[in-house]
Amino acid sequence: MPVRIQTQDFDAGAEIAALRRGNPKIGAVASFIGVCRDANDGDAVTKMTLEHYPGMTEKALEKIVAEAKQRWNVMEALVVHRVGEFKPSDQIVLVVVTGAHRGEAFAACEFIMDYLKTRAPFWKKEETPQGARWVEARASDDEAAQRWEPPKSSAA
Amino acid sequence: MKVKVLYFAGLRERLGKSGEELDVSPAVTTVAGLRTLLMARGGAWQTALAQGKALRVAVNQELAQPTTPVKPGDEVAFFPPVTGG
Repeated sequence: MPVRIQTQDFDAGAEIAALRRGNPKIGAVASFIGVCRDANDGDAVTKMTLEHYPGMTEKALEKIVAEAKQRWNVMEALVVHRVGEFKPSDQIVLVVVTGAHRGEAFAACEFIMDYLKTRAPFWKKEETPQGARWVEARASDDEAAQRWEPPKSSAA
Repeated sequence: MKVKVLYFAGLRERLGKSGEELDVSPAVTTVAGLRTLLMARGGAWQTALAQGKALRVAVNQELAQPTTPVKPGDEVAFFPPVTGG
């Protein structure tokens, strides 16, 4: 399965080894790990809770992975996203893409993360000394995802 | 017509429920129509679903637009912009 939602932590090394196993054509492995920070928007963050929309989350991520594999010449892609409770420094998400060469693997990995940030139904709630609050979506995430959109045709 | 409506994250908290089975008038044919119907409940429904609020909608677990049709048996979810990763 290219997509997994789980509460337990992941071992990036083991996941990468499993993805590479038995495929000597792989020449590049690009990966990204998203981690819980101890501060956001100027406030200390002591704890974070991540919720999602079971069913839609898996579908949305599978669609993103399928689109990445269609756009770039890559071999395998894996997304592991955790939900539940987090402390600072806890791992949240892992994306791994394998391919023959680094360029396409890097691009596909970044694309998957940018689309995940704007299209996969996850929500973060963080606890700060001022109380609990839902994390606001960032315009910079929309702009990052926008980069991958095909240019609009200028047909009159 | 019966539809299943779900609410997530901050919206769920403001509305005080995570979902409900609704029997709505066949006059409701789109996401925008369903939103208007829910807003007519007033109070938190009126303010949390107000036009101009950053709100995302999915129909049958696919991101949808205000004009997306709503049919009997559909699952319609309302939620804030996503913040995963």
